[in-house]
Amino acid sequence: MKKTVLNETHQALGAKMIDFSGWSMPLHYGSQITEHNAVRDSVGLFDVSHMSVFDFIGKDQDAYFRRLLANDIQKINAQKKSLYSLVVNESGGIIDDLIAYKLDDRYRIVSNSTTMAKNKAWFKQNIKSFDVGIKRREDLSILALQGPQAVESFNQLGILEPITFEYMGYASDQSIMVSRSGYTGEDGLELILPDHAVAETWQRLIAMNIQPIGLGARDSLRIEAGFNLYGVDMDETNHPFESNLGWSIDFRDPERNFIGKDALLNIDAKSCRQLLGVIVKGKGMLRTGQKIKYPNGSGEVLCGTFSPLINASIGYARIDRGYAHNGLVSIRDKHTEVEFVALPFIRNGRVVF
Amino acid sequence: MNAMTGELKFSTNHEWVRLEQDNVAVVGITDFAQGLLGDIVFVELPEVGQQVQLNDEIAVVESLKAASDIYSPISGVILEINEALSDQPEVINSSPDEQGWLYKIEYRNLDELNQLLSPDDYNDLCQSES
Repeated sequence: MKKTVLNETHQALGAKMIDFSGWSMPLHYGSQITEHNAVRDSVGLFDVSHMSVFDFIGKDQDAYFRRLLANDIQKINAQKKSLYSLVVNESGGIIDDLIAYKLDDRYRIVSNSTTMAKNKAWFKQNIKSFDVGIKRREDLSILALQGPQAVESFNQLGILEPITFEYMGYASDQSIMVSRSGYTGEDGLELILPDHAVAETWQRLIAMNIQPIGLGARDSLRIEAGFNLYGVDMDETNHPFESNLGWSIDFRDPERNFIGKDALLNIDAKSCRQLLGVIVKGKGMLRTGQKIKYPNGSGEVLCGTFSPLINASIGYARIDRGYAHNGLVSIRDKHTEVEFVALPFIRNGRVVF
Repeated sequence: MNAMTGELKFSTNHEWVRLEQDNVAVVGITDFAQGLLGDIVFVELPEVGQQVQLNDEIAVVESLKAASDIYSPISGVILEINEALSDQPEVINSSPDEQGWLYKIEYRNLDELNQLLSPDDYNDLCQSES
């Protein structure tokens, strides 16, 4: 299995390690729910160095990304904010979701660990006649510091000037890139720094009594926050409109012919299936693959977890249109009532649905 | 054999059985079991007055990871269930041997007690499963 720089550190902290798509990663350090609550209540620290970082170079990067990405890369230039985008194929199927940054004259892409090889091949394949070079940064680690006290905690390290930029803003110097973003629905930062520096930064934050957070809580937090997980909630057989991601496709510039545009324009976004939030009324856990039904249609559970704030199991399902408020999910051969809600469930520690 | 009050026995399914006075036994799951399960989020318990046979599916303990059926290690009649677990299932994780008890049962069959493991034998079982 692949290991991040901090692998032994996690084990020394008592982490239960699991194989996450070929990476040895901490599932939890004792209790997933305790870790989940720490992020909502104060701050937590994640090692997410299994994710992929690609740096680009070359004079045709803008044209290249305008073609490659379903969201419009020009938005980065306008706002100095990072950009969430899908990469779709010619049929409109989702290849991955990612975040793009611009550092001076070079773009940086952070994408999922499960799709690294596929993305690298797709990025290269589409360079064609563009003057673009690509380098996967295997020498970088990524930490996420998330929660209402995250920014304050980071400022205490004194690594950079105190953070003043807002959500999706970012800053960098030679030693570190800091982005005000995350996968939890809380305020927080993502730090990209060299492998040789990550252990010290991790230890300094842990020494401030910050709770380390495993992938289990990362999953329950992101489900509450309404963020999809590629490979679980969507894959190449899904298009953006049935994945709650129609908003991320930018059709506004008629001159921009991005890959998959025609296929996406031919999808009726008003009648296709929808990805919605689901809450169990009563006891029982939602788990991937459970079947859902209601008078006008049916669907399937994509992911499930337990929300400590809502005190019930929550998850996502992809369901036919024509639903009202409730349906039935089949949990261990028993039908249990569920409620359908628009995502997200939670923002900044509060229920918002 | 005489059942000794306070005696602790174990099933191979990682349940503990603590004998109390008047043929009452308290049943719960062990620390080993709760560690395997992880954070427990839901518990389904039997009804008071319910007749239970040995190995009947008597309760469900559901964690983030999986739902675990509990099979009764002894037969008898349910006298009491731990109502607190409805609001605080996590007590099974933090106090599996004490506050995380599941139910109390009035038992009659001493032979069933003989089939259960002593603390030493249970420790051996846990070692072999670790």
